[in-house]
Amino acid sequence: MKTCLVVDDSSVVRKIARRILEGLEFQVTEAEDGSKALEICQRQLPDAVLLDWNMPVMDGFEFMGHMRRLPGGDQPKVVFCTTENNVAHIAQALSGGANEYIMKPFDKDIIADKFAEVGLIPVGQAMV
Amino acid sequence: MTPTEYEYLRKFLKDNSGLDLSADKQYLIESRLLPLARKGGLSGITELVQKLQAGSRQLITDVVEAMTTNETFFFRDKVPFDHFRDHIMPEVIKARAARRSVRIWCAAGSTGQEPYSLAMCLKEMGAALTGWRVEIIATDLSQEVLEKAKSGIYSQFEVQRGLPIQMLVKYFKQTGETWQINPELRAMIQHRQLNLLHDFAQLGTFDVIFCRNVLIYFDQDTKINIFNRLARQIEPDGFLVLGAAETVVGLTDTFRPIQDRRGLYKPNDPRAAAAKPAIGAVPPRMAVMAGR
Repeated sequence: MKTCLVVDDSSVVRKIARRILEGLEFQVTEAEDGSKALEICQRQLPDAVLLDWNMPVMDGFEFMGHMRRLPGGDQPKVVFCTTENNVAHIAQALSGGANEYIMKPFDKDIIADKFAEVGLIPVGQAMV
Repeated sequence: MTPTEYEYLRKFLKDNSGLDLSADKQYLIESRLLPLARKGGLSGITELVQKLQAGSRQLITDVVEAMTTNETFFFRDKVPFDHFRDHIMPEVIKARAARRSVRIWCAAGSTGQEPYSLAMCLKEMGAALTGWRVEIIATDLSQEVLEKAKSGIYSQFEVQRGLPIQMLVKYFKQTGETWQINPELRAMIQHRQLNLLHDFAQLGTFDVIFCRNVLIYFDQDTKINIFNRLARQIEPDGFLVLGAAETVVGLTDTFRPIQDRRGLYKPNDPRAAAAKPAIGAVPPRMAVMAGR
């Protein structure tokens, strides 16, 4: 079973994301900010990270930079999931090592599409 | 569908999903609910309405879902676009090297995601098509849908369905909450209103025809009739692309499936087709017999 770390300071968003991702057969762990997410990644890297941008303590972009420098940190697929919906932020995320980018609000179809796009789930599964 | 049935469905959808259909959305209802009715073994909209009125709970959910699901998205099903890039276009580029032009028809272009996906594929090919004349004709039954396609403006929700983020950044311009595809790509596509049931010979012949997820809404005789007329608009070495749930097999021998490339078809030898007198010109039922 693939693992996904959901990083978002909103417990509601984490809960929605967890339900969707478990439906896509991911084992989900949660973190409420980038710093806590980094601690989890230092213990064990997930296959995927669904990553909010604006969070207290450490934001998503800074977290991604630290995670990418961990041994094997180039492996996890990072999918941003944020209300930052402008080209400047998207471009910054991509050049910083993000694999995909979701602009909130999101739903199951968008998550499935984006996860299929980066090869985390088969394309067919996104259509169910 | 009778006006009473339409009014019932309008109110039903308003009450159950908030979907607010104007008075002229019969087409939308039929295109979404007929496949659902057929799947459930119902004869058509009339029977579906009767079952709804009887309070079938599963059907209520299905109808609401069918009506509110987003109709189409960029690079829908992925595979056909991989075929287009890896198989169809390399062959077309070889075969048309002398005349350096390619004509593509999206026969169910809908709100534009399919033709624009093809346009993006072509752009990504870069130098291989430099100096080529590329023509994409996108047709749809609905004028309203065509207007949307022409504008190339999509909601944030729509640009997140099927479209890789790099493509969004590269080919779209953000305006407030919406995204518009670049003028250069918009200029690659001609949008025209067309009912596939009517004559389409005036469109000319094409190297590639995408006709996806529209024939499922027609009965067998109509499908055969359309296939036979499509065969006359396609170059002998051209390609027909159908939807995942569609096939020519058992319906017509004007096209044959390409092995190991699901959804991809080639026209059969035109001389073989010519040997069958007036195929496609005869009433559909006769064409079935001629085909067998």
